Amino acid sequence: MSELTLVLIRFGYLAILWIFVLSAISVIRTDMFGARAAREASRAQERRAAKAAGKTRTKPVKARRGDPTSVVILEGGNSGETVSLAAAPLLIGRGNDAAIRLDDDYVSTRHARIASSGEQWYVEDLGSTNGTYVGNSRITQATAISLGTQIRIGKTILELRK
Amino acid sequence: MSRTSPTPTRPRDPRPGPLMEFVHRRRRGAELFLLILSLVVGIGAYAAVGLGVDGSVPADIYKYGGWLTALIVAAHLTIRWKAAYADPILLPIVAALNGLGLAMIHRIDLGMQAKKPDYQALASSQLIWMTLGVALFIGVLVLLRDHRRLQAFTYTSGLAALVLLLLPMVPGIGRNIRGARIWIHLGPLSFQPGEVAKVLLVIAFAGYLVLYRDALALAGRRVLFVDLPRGRDLGPILAMWLISLGILVFQNDLGSSLLFFGMFLVMLYVATERPGWLVIGGLMFIAGAYFGYLTTGHVKVRVEAWLDPFNPDNNGYQIVQGMFGMAWGGLTGRGLGLGSPQDTPIASSDFIIPALGEELGLTGVIAIILLYGLLVERALRTALICRDNFGKLVATGLGVVFALQVFVVIGGVTKLIPLTGLTTPFLSQGGSSLVANWVIIALLLRISDQARRPPPEFLEPGEDMDSTQVVSMR
Repeated sequence: MSELTLVLIRFGYLAILWIFVLSAISVIRTDMFGARAAREASRAQERRAAKAAGKTRTKPVKARRGDPTSVVILEGGNSGETVSLAAAPLLIGRGNDAAIRLDDDYVSTRHARIASSGEQWYVEDLGSTNGTYVGNSRITQATAISLGTQIRIGKTILELRK
Repeated sequence: MSRTSPTPTRPRDPRPGPLMEFVHRRRRGAELFLLILSLVVGIGAYAAVGLGVDGSVPADIYKYGGWLTALIVAAHLTIRWKAAYADPILLPIVAALNGLGLAMIHRIDLGMQAKKPDYQALASSQLIWMTLGVALFIGVLVLLRDHRRLQAFTYTSGLAALVLLLLPMVPGIGRNIRGARIWIHLGPLSFQPGEVAKVLLVIAFAGYLVLYRDALALAGRRVLFVDLPRGRDLGPILAMWLISLGILVFQNDLGSSLLFFGMFLVMLYVATERPGWLVIGGLMFIAGAYFGYLTTGHVKVRVEAWLDPFNPDNNGYQIVQGMFGMAWGGLTGRGLGLGSPQDTPIASSDFIIPALGEELGLTGVIAIILLYGLLVERALRTALICRDNFGKLVATGLGVVFALQVFVVIGGVTKLIPLTGLTTPFLSQGGSSLVANWVIIALLLRISDQARRPPPEFLEPGEDMDSTQVVSMR
């Protein structure tokens, strides 16, 4: 075995050892700043939101003049905010996954839901602590609402608008 | 006012949160890639040893390489099957170190056989121990589905560890080898129970500290910028100190004594976040070491060999030979199979780092130390992201075991600290240590699998916010 071959083997082996060390470090690096991490997280979030939106999702009905198009918050911490009904059904609550997120201590995390069936809009309580009121009565089942009906949730009052 | 806004007022936040929202990937492909490289490191070393010693690739390289590959593939498949989210770097590092160690032990065997033809080769038994280690590794991953179940065995494992530590003192089975009474012999089998006790003690400490960390952390008074614990809380540390001293005095095992006490101290510090424990522990360590120096001849010999190894009166032959070897190796080494590491006594266990330093040079030894660094880093990283305190403490403890062992051994052979008998994890010849270390890696992978697995899809609402206030109705 010539001297040169042995030197080559010697340096070749050290190179292999260091290639291994550096690859391990690069795997650690990509593990820390995994690009897919953000995407997977947002996908999980979307899945969560879709789940929260529930099973009553109906086919979007072609909007007609005179149909409600938005929800307006009239009173409470978020008064003045407007949320489009295009993304219905809308979850109302204090949680992060709510489409209408209310900053109100008397509102449950997942409080109520506004959904449509055909042309009719309904509000439905989701087992909230303090209840959902349409007019003066606490609702126990999905209740039909129309333009101008006031929905009270905690200290907040909402209403459908054109 | 009645204009429709195109988007909901609160769009869902697309950014993932700082740490909790971070979703780890499985990374099994990256692990496979690193494993192939680690096999190149291990089998390449075996081939290079053959080329260096005999001038030809060993004839049984297919058998050896196939065996090593089969073990690693089995471990990898078990991880894919049972711990899909586990850390992708731990197994490749361990595979590379173990392969390199096997090749080096084989190389020292060849060197010894050239000197003494009746020398019994150690590499083949080491390969059998590695097989047993991988089998236990697979067993732990398959049987232990959740590391938190180990918390139920806090006191059982503590007691088992004590029994194991006492076993070498039992007259019939205990054996005194090279001054240290840490071996048991059962028929043809010999075993070092302290290596298993190491794992059990980590579990026992973690279970104990999870329960009592508040008492240990909060009570106490402040003396000179350091929070000192109460006197009555000193019990456990005092007990551990006495056990460590007992190992030192009765078993003459400086290394294990240091390892157990250091491990306990670090875990205590991590659990309580109080530097006061480190101060107390450090003082106790110094007192114990001085006591050992005065009373046991064993420690005295080691310290004298450390301070003045070239003095022929001191027992420094091994250290001196090792250092000559490393010096001859220089920056890039003599090349595998081309040095003479067999001239150091017991080169294949405690002195495998000087042997590697001689043949791979400083460049190779730095790569090895970096691999150990990465191993410890992955263990501590697992502890950081783990969601339960018990898992955090176990991962920290196991990481610290590796860190202390590597520091004590490499520090000892390079004459930074007095030499103490501990094995270099995964490199040294020694079955009990190898098997115990494979079990440790399995535990770390199990914890990291739990820690990196994404949390259940739907977090209970209201977990991160204060609960809804109730309207009082009169």
